[in-house]
Amino acid sequence: MSEITSSNGHPPTDPHHDSRSTQELGEPIPNPGLPEHQPRPSDVDPAMERRAERQVAGMFVAATVLALAFCVCYFTIDPQATVFGYGAMNLALGTTLGLALLLIGLGANHWARKLMADHEIIEYRHSAASSPEDREAAITAFKTGAAESGFGRRTLVRNTLLGALGVLGLPAVVLLRDLGPLPGDSLDHTVWRKGVRIVNDVAGTPLRPADIELGQLVNAEPALFFPQQGPNGKVIPARYDGTALNDEKAKAAVILVRMLPEDIHPIKSQASWGYDGILCYSKICTHVGCPISLWEQQTHHLLCPCHQSTFDLAHSGRVIFGPAARSLPQLNIGLDSEGYLIALHDFYVPVGPSFWERG
Amino acid sequence: MSTAANSKGDGAVKWLDERVGLAGLAKKQLRKVFPDHWSFLLGEIALWSFVILLLTGVFLSLWFKPSMTEVQYVGSYSNLRGIKMSEAYASTLNISFDVRGGLLMRQMHHWAANLFLAAMSIHMLRIFFTGAFRKPREINWLIGLSLLMLGILEGFAGYSLPDDLLSGTGLRIADGIIRSIPVVGTYAEFFIFGGQFPGDIFIPRLYTVHVLLIPGLLLGLISAHMLLLVYQKHTQWPGPGRTNDNVVGFPLLPVYMAKAGGFFFIVFGVTALMGALMQINPIWMYGPYDPGEVTAGSQPDWYMGWLEGGLRIMPNWESHLWGFTISWNVMIPGLALMGILFTALGAYPFIERWITGDNAEHHLLDRPRNQPTRTGLGVAGITAYGLLWIAGGNDVIATHFDLSLNSITWFMRFAIFIGPVIAFTVARRWAISLQHHDRELLLHGYETGVIVRSPDGGYSELHAPLSPEHAYLLSTQPRSVPLQLPPGEDSNGIPAPLHRKERLRIRLSQFWYADDVQKPTADELEAAHHHHDDDGPMIEDGHHVGIETGGQVGGDDFDLEETPAQN
Amino acid sequence: MKFLSARRRHPLAGLVVLLLALVVMGGLYSAFRPAAADQSGSDTALISQGRRLFVVSCATCHGLNGEGILTKQNTNFGPPLVGVGAAAVDFQVGTGRMPMAQPGPQAQARTPIFDPGEVRALAAYVASLGPGPAIPTDAQYSTSGLTAEQIAQGGEFFRTNCTACHNFAGKGGALPNGKYAPTLIGVNPKYVIEAMITGPQQMPKFSNGVIKPQEKREIIAYLQQLKSQPGYGGSKLGSLGPVTEGLWGWVLGIGVLVLATVWISNNGARVTKKKSQ
Repeated sequence: MSEITSSNGHPPTDPHHDSRSTQELGEPIPNPGLPEHQPRPSDVDPAMERRAERQVAGMFVAATVLALAFCVCYFTIDPQATVFGYGAMNLALGTTLGLALLLIGLGANHWARKLMADHEIIEYRHSAASSPEDREAAITAFKTGAAESGFGRRTLVRNTLLGALGVLGLPAVVLLRDLGPLPGDSLDHTVWRKGVRIVNDVAGTPLRPADIELGQLVNAEPALFFPQQGPNGKVIPARYDGTALNDEKAKAAVILVRMLPEDIHPIKSQASWGYDGILCYSKICTHVGCPISLWEQQTHHLLCPCHQSTFDLAHSGRVIFGPAARSLPQLNIGLDSEGYLIALHDFYVPVGPSFWERG
Repeated sequence: MSTAANSKGDGAVKWLDERVGLAGLAKKQLRKVFPDHWSFLLGEIALWSFVILLLTGVFLSLWFKPSMTEVQYVGSYSNLRGIKMSEAYASTLNISFDVRGGLLMRQMHHWAANLFLAAMSIHMLRIFFTGAFRKPREINWLIGLSLLMLGILEGFAGYSLPDDLLSGTGLRIADGIIRSIPVVGTYAEFFIFGGQFPGDIFIPRLYTVHVLLIPGLLLGLISAHMLLLVYQKHTQWPGPGRTNDNVVGFPLLPVYMAKAGGFFFIVFGVTALMGALMQINPIWMYGPYDPGEVTAGSQPDWYMGWLEGGLRIMPNWESHLWGFTISWNVMIPGLALMGILFTALGAYPFIERWITGDNAEHHLLDRPRNQPTRTGLGVAGITAYGLLWIAGGNDVIATHFDLSLNSITWFMRFAIFIGPVIAFTVARRWAISLQHHDRELLLHGYETGVIVRSPDGGYSELHAPLSPEHAYLLSTQPRSVPLQLPPGEDSNGIPAPLHRKERLRIRLSQFWYADDVQKPTADELEAAHHHHDDDGPMIEDGHHVGIETGGQVGGDDFDLEETPAQN
Repeated sequence: MKFLSARRRHPLAGLVVLLLALVVMGGLYSAFRPAAADQSGSDTALISQGRRLFVVSCATCHGLNGEGILTKQNTNFGPPLVGVGAAAVDFQVGTGRMPMAQPGPQAQARTPIFDPGEVRALAAYVASLGPGPAIPTDAQYSTSGLTAEQIAQGGEFFRTNCTACHNFAGKGGALPNGKYAPTLIGVNPKYVIEAMITGPQQMPKFSNGVIKPQEKREIIAYLQQLKSQPGYGGSKLGSLGPVTEGLWGWVLGIGVLVLATVWISNNGARVTKKKSQ
């Protein structure tokens, strides 16, 4: 209660706690003390005791057998085999190991419950705090040491040491600089640019408007991610591969959808970004970046499976439900000379989740 | 035992003691007493799960390759053969299909992780509701919270390592959350991922965090947790012979050695059986991570589910100020929620102590009913957590209970504020009514179910006094004494100058104990036992007739002449 | 006729006439009954049989000539069926989604009320309204001859185009406002192909121009692999991902272990049980 008085010197009325208040008002029921120990059947009946002994030993024997069975299964079962529609190896190894362990555990506890002495013991507690003398002595020792070091007196030495230690933090921080490059403007751009063909994901085939039917959804990527047929019949290898491919795909993945041109109600600035009812949107959710492609072809709504942000693709990708704040970025598309769908420009806004300097 | 064996053992003890001198410690600790109660073993589930995690984790690390280098899969799972994937994913497939017992170890590792966090959570709830965090155990409470927080991070790191579609989606969300940090978000993102997401260095980094950094911290903190437990001795339930100054139970050697050691094998065995029978995280079905793919039902493991729920039900608030963006919709659930929970939990013991002014050492546990406000707060917290949890699975709930996704989200947006308030009120009143019940039991005994007809035609139920043990159990809690405002003015007529903080504290204290039912005083009890006219007949004190166990109720035991007619 | 006219006032005459009329009507009905259509009939016969069925069962919502009916809000009461093709009819009616039992967020699959012959007639009629995709042939969804690599590639198509709605194991998932993507496990591959090419209800189309017929067969083959795949690690727990795993972890894992704690800390039978509280 010392902290109450120390807070402002005017203690609220002393709160009575625990033993004191109890003593004043009287403990209604006296502590009856530890109940008398009562023996177990196995303590008084030798037959029961032997039975318990046999049970415990039986469990340990069974565990031994199961552990050996585990080894047998390991070497004899075909890793590809199945049983009851389950992988046979996993099932056999897991059940033998699991039951062996379980039996050891049950046996040990059965032993403790039935056979080990079970008299309750009383142990007394002691306050965690040291004796006042010890505390005093400790403080004195500390003060003596501190005084002998001159830490408080030699301020020049002390302050320069503290300064040096403080500045030592800088190398530790600076060393981490090469954890990664600075973002620069890499979040603002994708690999889309004028003339890049929009191709079907996985297969990498370029798309003509005629391939895309009303109500169609195409999970698409820039052609740079796939080997492409060149004009002279040569195969142009994919521009991106491995890590670079994943990094760019994480920004450049798109979906193409087709709806009736009269169903489309774009904002003015994006009115001409489609081609004959075909619209192209970023596949990366503006909430936290899940790829979204749950397109409802009748309502024209696009749902994110992660957090259920819903975008209306007939209205320039505006948010109509869920935690996303920004419209889905739309890609301005057109046709190239061979009649394939291409991008006419990179996205005009950064794709994916918002960030501080995005504005 | 032969003398030869004895002297041989003595020799070994002597050899060791002459070098490390542990006999002094062992003398005390080998027979250390632990009290017995099922709820004291919940933390042990967590401890043993951690040991299982270490064992299975070491096994997995012998084959797992923490690398994002792209390879073409050539292993024995034909549905992915020829597909390009990271080495991390390919090696996880290898562990699952080409290392015998590898799938079992993987599944045990994952189940043990789920159990580790679940056990820590219920262990923490047990500590909370019984007041075991009170002086002198506040430090251990904080260590426990750190363990829980590190456990969550460790679990998420493990979930992310195989680089399958689900873990990649999780990382993508983590990336979006990091990016939302004001001012330094994108820098933090680029430093953590070594460039743009996903890059090629994150999984190796995460691996070090998962197998070295966090397990090391966990190990150290668990050791501290256990040492403090041993030093401070375990709390115990109040009861006959059990006081604040002792601990009653069984000795470490042999009983707890067998019980706890045996429990390790039980936890291990249950985990192995789960690994054998219940498929978890079938990464081969998810496929390798591809930034252009996603699956319906993309969810984190259960312990992140509440944060996922927060992300789902958060309204789409985003501010644009002076050319900068603040994504409240991501920051609040993604970053603030975790901070709020752990700050609240960490501060709780100190706030409660400040409000109640209780500075005593407590080694006896509270029955939750005797702390109605704390119990109410705990239930409110569980409710909020549970609602967020449900929101995190709203798609699965929508399809399985024929509900609309949007309706669930809207419901949760309000329920998350209203639900905990209702839960607090109900739980607190419930606890108080249980206190009433206890007091009634003490004063008037228990209802025997025997109906007595009095000479003048009234019926009443016979009450019998409690056994001394039971009665004692119901009267062990301290009386609650809220802080009071000091008398209005001092001797000079000047009102006591109380700081605003002190006034708040007094008001909170009065709220804290409002409607608390005090146990009867000795006088009240005496009075009740001599004048139980109001409550019908009572079997006389001192006669413990085994009514429930089928004993005879002798007519001599009833105070028939005191039976009133009840109208 | 004397025999008849002499007995026309017989008390039972009315009953006989009634029975006769019923027999005639029954005979006529069975002659014209849609289901009894001779399956080998010409296209025109099939189409006209389809039209009769259409007028009875479909026209209320889709219009007498399949032109569609609009609501007052200018939304589709029943969408126009001109050009949807036989495949759409085969899918919608063959899976029992149409005729719709009651309005709702979406038509649900149930036991079809038309038999296969009637479905064919309806499909033929709707196909005659305008050109559209035909009912796929066996060859289009047969998975024979596909190599393991092709099936694996089918998995890539599946994960890119299908899992977002239908889940990684084809178990289905939630869509906005009570709609859902149904399970694909156990669905006749013909209907899977038809769904891809016709885009039933909210499902977008995946035309043959974009996902080639060969690639569709690969997807079908991968789906069949998913269906027949054993639970390598035990029960699949519904293949719904971490939600059900967490649920079972709590219920079974923690449940069993808490029972174990109760057993361990309970001290068991005593010789003289003291009177309980």
